[in-house]
Amino acid sequence: MTTAATWVGNRLPRREDPRMLRGTGRFTDDISSGHALHAAFVRSPMASGRIVGVDVSAALDMSGVVAVLTSADLDDAGLRAVLERPEFIATTMPLLAHDRVRYAGEPVVVVIAESRYLAEDAAEAVEVDVEEMPAVTSLSELGGELPVVHEEAPDGVLVDLQMFQDDMLESALEEAPLLLERTFQSGRVHAAPMESRACLAEWVDRDEQLVLTLSTQVPHQVRTGVAQALDLPERAVRVISPDVGGGFGLKCVVGREEVVVAAAAKRLRQPVRWSEDRQENLTASFHGREQEYRVRAGFDEAGRIIGLDADIRCNIGAYSAFPFSCGVEPLMAATELPGVYKVPRYAARARGFATNKPPTAPYRGVSRPQIVMVMEGLMEEAAARLGLDRVEIRRRNTIATEDFPYLGANGITYEPGSYIEALEMCVEETRKHGWWESRAEEGKIRGIGLANFSERTAYGTATMGMRKMAMTPGFEVAHVKMDASGDVVVTSGTCGHGQGHETTFAQLVADRLGIHPGRIKLRQGDTDLTSFGWGTFGSRSLVIGGGSAAVAARRLADKIRTIAAEMLEADAADIELIEGHAQVSGAPDARVSIDDVAANVHFRAHTLTSNEEQLLEARGTADPSGMFSNACHAALVEIDPGTGGVEVCDYIVVEDCGVVVNPMIVDGQVRGGVAQGIASALFEELVYSPDGQPMAGTFMDYLVPTASEIPQIAVHHLETPCDLTETGSKGMGEGGTIGAPATILSALNDALRDHRAGLRHVPVAPAELKRLVGVPTATQEDA
Amino acid sequence: MKDQHLVTMRVNGREHELVIESRKTLADVLRQDLGLTGTHLGCEHGICGACTVLMDGEPIRACLVFGVQADGRELRTVESLADGDELNDLQQAFSKHHGLQCGFCTPGFLMLGEAYLSTNPEPDRDEVREVVSANLCRCTGYQGIVDAVCEVAEKRKVSRG
Amino acid sequence: MKPASFEYHRAHDVAEVVELLVELGDDAKIIAGGQSLAPMMNFRLARPSALVDVNPVSGLDYIRREGDLLRIGAMTRHRDVEISRDPEVHDGFAVLPRAARWIGHYPIRCRGTVGGSMAHSDPTAEWCLLALLHDASVVVQGPRGQRTVPVAEWFTGFLTTSGEYDEMVVETQFARPRAYGALTEYARRRGDFAISAVGVAFDKVDNRLTDVSVVLGGVAGVPVRATEAEAMLEGSPATPETWVAASRNAAASVNPPSDLNGDGDYRRQLVETLMQRAFVEALAEGARR
Repeated sequence: MTTAATWVGNRLPRREDPRMLRGTGRFTDDISSGHALHAAFVRSPMASGRIVGVDVSAALDMSGVVAVLTSADLDDAGLRAVLERPEFIATTMPLLAHDRVRYAGEPVVVVIAESRYLAEDAAEAVEVDVEEMPAVTSLSELGGELPVVHEEAPDGVLVDLQMFQDDMLESALEEAPLLLERTFQSGRVHAAPMESRACLAEWVDRDEQLVLTLSTQVPHQVRTGVAQALDLPERAVRVISPDVGGGFGLKCVVGREEVVVAAAAKRLRQPVRWSEDRQENLTASFHGREQEYRVRAGFDEAGRIIGLDADIRCNIGAYSAFPFSCGVEPLMAATELPGVYKVPRYAARARGFATNKPPTAPYRGVSRPQIVMVMEGLMEEAAARLGLDRVEIRRRNTIATEDFPYLGANGITYEPGSYIEALEMCVEETRKHGWWESRAEEGKIRGIGLANFSERTAYGTATMGMRKMAMTPGFEVAHVKMDASGDVVVTSGTCGHGQGHETTFAQLVADRLGIHPGRIKLRQGDTDLTSFGWGTFGSRSLVIGGGSAAVAARRLADKIRTIAAEMLEADAADIELIEGHAQVSGAPDARVSIDDVAANVHFRAHTLTSNEEQLLEARGTADPSGMFSNACHAALVEIDPGTGGVEVCDYIVVEDCGVVVNPMIVDGQVRGGVAQGIASALFEELVYSPDGQPMAGTFMDYLVPTASEIPQIAVHHLETPCDLTETGSKGMGEGGTIGAPATILSALNDALRDHRAGLRHVPVAPAELKRLVGVPTATQEDA
Repeated sequence: MKDQHLVTMRVNGREHELVIESRKTLADVLRQDLGLTGTHLGCEHGICGACTVLMDGEPIRACLVFGVQADGRELRTVESLADGDELNDLQQAFSKHHGLQCGFCTPGFLMLGEAYLSTNPEPDRDEVREVVSANLCRCTGYQGIVDAVCEVAEKRKVSRG
Repeated sequence: MKPASFEYHRAHDVAEVVELLVELGDDAKIIAGGQSLAPMMNFRLARPSALVDVNPVSGLDYIRREGDLLRIGAMTRHRDVEISRDPEVHDGFAVLPRAARWIGHYPIRCRGTVGGSMAHSDPTAEWCLLALLHDASVVVQGPRGQRTVPVAEWFTGFLTTSGEYDEMVVETQFARPRAYGALTEYARRRGDFAISAVGVAFDKVDNRLTDVSVVLGGVAGVPVRATEAEAMLEGSPATPETWVAASRNAAASVNPPSDLNGDGDYRRQLVETLMQRAFVEALAEGARR
């Protein structure tokens, strides 16, 4: 065996930190490239219309302008995301709009100039004549005669999924002692990474290659999108993702602007760059989460759910984002709605509707924040109606330890987790923190919220394949290579951007090679440097990318042991790799440094007979089916009756992601995720006017919360090791975001228990809460 | 015609003479003309604070000051904080408390923190939260940032005696 | 989001500012702290043909007390007021440094100026509300010399003032010192412009309110006085009943616009709440001194 697992489980400081703290990280826009030209886009001022004229002549005459390109100059190329399902209608997102515009902000013309300042000057001089057409923007408009967004889908439905038919469901609901028919809604929000999208493209003659450096989570998928759109072989496109300033799903799809910039660089044979400004980012990139759930849930007298029927509607905006398609939200919602609960009969219809708003991308959590909000909301309402304690009703419905592996009505097998344990521990923590006394305090409107949930993470190809994407992601390939000095380079097709993969992957590899993680460097985010991979999204990277690196490291360790055994004249099976040495088990004096092994392999190959491959390299792959992490969240909130403002006073998370590789990083992912969840419950919403104009196009209107709005978040861990993965870990990048909206909503409803508010939507704004709590009151002092 | 100006500014202790167009923001001058790309642009309208630098010791949003306005001024950017390989106390505290993830907003928070710490504050968590609320971070939930600034405030207070 | 081009001019004294403004015409603008103007220029919502940078102008950063007047030089940064602690200076104006803390965030306060805020005249800006609360006058200098404009005549509409294009705000004179004062605001997020704001100032004689001013922000295109509520409060006992009734009157007296943060009714309710809280805070702070 290899060494004991000593690095996994440590709060190892992050390898990424020093460069970020010095300001020497390299984000796309930090990379200089001689005389790169700058792009600026001319965008549609209207949400819907027909382009009747484009006049670029004035712009072309302006100083510093190199080119002004329209769709025709790009051969009307586009991006086409495909699900191979009869219920799905594929549509093309043109790189630049040519006949129709389908949302305000849609790019129509690109100006290439010597600076962004000049490019913006010229963009103002381009005349785009749009004949306005009626727009459809909201799910509430559905049902009547609607303006058509895509001719291919006259009724606006781009995907219509009927899942888990159950002939007995209807009668079960009709006979249920308690039938709840409820509608839940969530507002359109934005991932809002602090770095907007950015790219730098250059055609390199020597390599006969287009080099596209961009802020992305998925370099290989961008390569495919660009290669397809520009009709190039994949070899002729190199995609480099340098440091990325946050993604959260916004950067796991291919943006049309990025492909336009690549096309312009190829055409002009000059480097071209584009840095999306914040207004473009908020109004013209990708959004998420605008959904409505019409559910019917039947309960028995004991509060056990006996059936669930859901009609799920997703406002997916004007186009299907490449490559995931607009199916991503409806599919996720319909498949995983039951969550941690034993729902014996279940059926769902999930649709994606095209509207005249920007397209949607898989924002962190993808539909799970909504489905948790729905299930937790149903549990609490049923508890109230049946006179049950709201923790007790959860206990009665939750998949218990003895139920695992549990096969749900949704066809999913849930492997072991700690659903009940997390719930009990979280409730216990709320008691220890004195929340219940605080809640009961006279004169204060306080409430405690709870959400218990699981989330499938690290989808491999078997699970992704069920979505029937034309491009099915899932597996990862990692290479581990030891150089002559004994240092190790790991390459992975995942693409970390804040998750600390350079640290955690090194921890996993270090334990298997018996060397210090400081001697292991992860290289990622370069399609020429890594063999292939799907990138970082869907809580997959540590499990699949890290798992494949761990497999590769295990194989490399075998090779090191073989060589060391020859050097030590021992049996390879007896060699342990510990603290930089290969030593004979039980005979610590019989040892050789791993550095010497590495040097021998490289420089004295003639002295070795066991060195069949000459070099110290190994490859590992991972492709798990997907596994469920779980967590229970709790929040204490206070509503100010005078303003309707909400203070989130305190927050507790109990989470189980299996083996924790680096607790500091896990806690950080959870806290950041919770902050985003609180944001979408209380602060953020991309409001549109009825005719499709964005009303929240700046950070003055799109309210990303600050340190004053986000509470302390206590994180507790349970560890149910996963036997489906090499490392025992499960994914955990999204859980914080998934649990928080439901938790906050639950807390608000609890705070408003005397008002019977029954809130079933997010975000909840102060004006609404003010209406609910009624009369203004001053502070305690004058009461 | 471009309206260009010859300006002199001292940045991180070094004197620079530059010809810049009047409309170019200080953030763009630092990044493009001086190669100090640690100062990031996150919104260009003064909300996110990623471009926070010190001008004559005061924290400013470099996206809301034009480069010409920095003529004759003393500037400090994130690149000035470390001493060779040695990170300063605030940088170290950010790492220790996991006050950064993607790292994009980090330079702005560090310069904001440095400005605040230079006022010799009495460490007070509520006040630190309020100061830190000047900038936006999308990854961390802020807890590590607040912890780091509080810890350094306490340590510097002790070392002042 | 890059600004359109403009000519840049630097001025070193007020006379030079005025000369430049006259020469450059009404498309030119003064830039002081730039915390409102620069974002508007980056969005290209403002596109002045020229900027006159008044930051090099010396002698305009001061906070001075002269009798019943508190004079604040135009180039005084918000932060300077926030951290000023001279009791002689602030006697009767203690609300000013407390209220300055509401302005944006720390770096904004380090750069933004009192004069710039008065010139920009956002209806929820703290200085504009405080100026109305304290019957301030705005001193402007132009080619026709200096003039002193009472604040009631200063605000003429949303982001517009009675200042001329060739004039520069050089000072704001706060008057009517009173023992009690508070400015309360509500915004959804720390440091944002208030959805609504209320300022109160008064004296107290024999536990009765006297010399009462109440100003409301975020309810109209300009800051407004709640004159009827002031009349109700004048001479009334300093009790919650008094300000609760007056706050209802103040709220009913305005017809605020609707926006993303809520409709007119919500803003009226905020006015009611914030006004009551302003009285509580003013009395508590007054008692502390």
